[in-house]
Amino acid sequence: MNLALSEEQEMLKTMARDFLADKLPKATVKEMEESEEGYSAELWKEMAGLGWMGLAFPEKYGGSDMSFLDLAMLLEEMGRACLPGPYFSTVVLSGFAILDIGTDEQKDEYLPRISSGEAIFTLALTEPSASYQESGIETKATAEGDSFVISGTKLFVPDANIADYMLVAAKTDKGITLFIVDARSAGISTTVLKTIANDKLCEVVFDKVKVSKDNVLGEPDQGWKEIEKIIQRAAVGKCCEMTGCIQQALDMTVEYAKDRKQYGRPIGSFQVIQHYCADMATDVDGTRLSAYQAAWMLSEGLPCAQEVAIAKAWAGEACPRVMALAHQIHGAIGVTIDHDLQYYTRRAKAAEVSFGDASFYQDVVAKEMGL
Amino acid sequence: MDFKLSEEQKKFRQEVSDFLEGEIKQGLWEPSCDAWIMGYDPEFTKRVSRKGWIGLTWPKEDGGQGRSYIDRLILTEEMLRYGAPAACHWFADRQIGGAVVHYGTDQQKKELLPMILKGEAYVGLGMSEPDAGSDLASLKTKATEDGDDFIIDGQKTWTSGGSNMNWIYLVARTDPDAPKHKGISEFFFSTDLPGVSVAPIHDITGGVHFNEVFFENVRVPKTALIGVQNKGFYQILNQLDYERSGMERLMANYPLFEALVQYTKETRRNGKPLSQDPLIRSKLAQLKIGLEIGRMHMYRVAMVMDEGRAPNWESSMSKVYGTAFEQRLAGTAIEILGLYGQLSPQSKRAPMKGMAYHSYLSSKGYSLQAGSSEVLKNIMALRKLELPSQ
Repeated sequence: MNLALSEEQEMLKTMARDFLADKLPKATVKEMEESEEGYSAELWKEMAGLGWMGLAFPEKYGGSDMSFLDLAMLLEEMGRACLPGPYFSTVVLSGFAILDIGTDEQKDEYLPRISSGEAIFTLALTEPSASYQESGIETKATAEGDSFVISGTKLFVPDANIADYMLVAAKTDKGITLFIVDARSAGISTTVLKTIANDKLCEVVFDKVKVSKDNVLGEPDQGWKEIEKIIQRAAVGKCCEMTGCIQQALDMTVEYAKDRKQYGRPIGSFQVIQHYCADMATDVDGTRLSAYQAAWMLSEGLPCAQEVAIAKAWAGEACPRVMALAHQIHGAIGVTIDHDLQYYTRRAKAAEVSFGDASFYQDVVAKEMGL
Repeated sequence: MDFKLSEEQKKFRQEVSDFLEGEIKQGLWEPSCDAWIMGYDPEFTKRVSRKGWIGLTWPKEDGGQGRSYIDRLILTEEMLRYGAPAACHWFADRQIGGAVVHYGTDQQKKELLPMILKGEAYVGLGMSEPDAGSDLASLKTKATEDGDDFIIDGQKTWTSGGSNMNWIYLVARTDPDAPKHKGISEFFFSTDLPGVSVAPIHDITGGVHFNEVFFENVRVPKTALIGVQNKGFYQILNQLDYERSGMERLMANYPLFEALVQYTKETRRNGKPLSQDPLIRSKLAQLKIGLEIGRMHMYRVAMVMDEGRAPNWESSMSKVYGTAFEQRLAGTAIEILGLYGQLSPQSKRAPMKGMAYHSYLSSKGYSLQAGSSEVLKNIMALRKLELPSQ
């Protein structure tokens, strides 16, 4: 047992932090949030140039052959920097699934384009039922000759407004099937929703969208098993982002408490503020430890339903506690729109409900306990 | 980064667990909450000693096993999981032996360590005084030099292990004129000396684990001084990190947790098992999650110690976290038991041997002993976060 980061991981983390601190002042985050696309194509290219998209993919697909745990370091820093855009959708939600269950042809076709930053992917999973259960999927794919025809409404699809491809989960004869769908296919209409994180979650309506049978990802009717893996991976990815997010909120709060003077002394010298900060630090460390553990297990290919559930359930409750104290200590300045803290407040809340909230995973843990 | 235990560590865990299960099967003792501090069983301690499980982390030349703190954490985790009566040797093994290894003279090592290793030193911790609790450096108990001896006068209180102790670890003032942190020394001596008297304090469970200890003209040889005279306070800070660091701050009531989960599976209310009630499931899952997060904090502390660093803020964090968890566990247990939760271990119809009742009351003290949560949060704020003290 060893909790230290490898030298490579330390380097990756430091490099990512410095790069994002340089490229992504909050004014830029704001611009990206307010833009129609929700990301910066220029920054996207630079990230691809640094090898971030292909980080955990094999070299033959343009990747760097690093692990999911290494990627976790990157996600933590992205959370710290509030990076907007389709990295999570493309790499965490889609790229790994293609690598996991794609045919050689599909891997050859899509993964190098993901690694190079050329293709943006997303996952169209959830629907108006807002459920991460198999029963929440109503969208249907009907076989017609060499194709399937997909109809239905997907909701909360991240970055569908700019995606080149979507992995779409649809009901087929005997189960759920995943499809790789060209996002510009006829019959797809996308509307961007207005969200707390100011990210681009979309409603995507599929109206008789024709998809070739070659574009089935994995076994037909057996897609739910892979979707569970995708959700697991995404939940851990979110935990890493959340770690970075609340770590930064804590760091900002501690700095503020050192600087801000009342009654002639820094407010950070008052025990009540110190204790709030200590509570925040305890929550941040618990979130990080459990996120790393789950990421490590995923990386090692170990069964980890319980560890993932523990990490996301914990993060889902720790984040609002940390953010509440961050605001309380920042005082009124922290609730102004021009202060950086609100970026973290908004993103933390979105991450809490994404890919399973605390009660969703408490239920998973309860089942694992045999209750 | 690597979250797995080595094969040897897994084997060791299995060995400890097999040993403890065997003991329970033979009816040698019953698992109970707080057994690490309240379960006095000299025979059990002797058996543990024979396994070589006291002084596990001490250097081999001092009679220890030279094993890692993770190994020790595995050992204590299993002891707590089974609620084993380990109080006879716990303090000596956890902190006093380590202090002797670290600060003791060769002579002290030769005399004291074998006794501890054999499980024969039942140690009381003489630290707090009526007017020196969190502010330990304000202690007044005096140790005055007199030839080859020190004469000790004063009073200790909340002395853990006091009723069963045969040795005491004592902090006393050796230089009344120095600034308060700079005139304190540590002592370790047999309580079988004229002038030592003990008065038990009954806690709110009705049990006794801490005591008042009075010292009236107690003459101890200078060889009882541990480490450097007047530097005791700084030595203590280091030991306190170890005192706070253990799994006993998270899993002292593990038998309750296990029994509670079982109880909800076996108890039907309104026609179905309690374990199927969504609210109860959620409460139990939250406990399990809280426990596992706590275990990671504890393992981190052990890893810091294995790196040779003193886990000062890490052990503060894990203790604050762990004791709050145990208080939540006890509270949740009573909530789930409802009316039954109020029944004491001595009562007819008490479910789960009255463990919920016991833990609820007992856990109130957890966030006070070995550093109150408030003091520990100060440590985190000042040492980890580097917030200003004024």
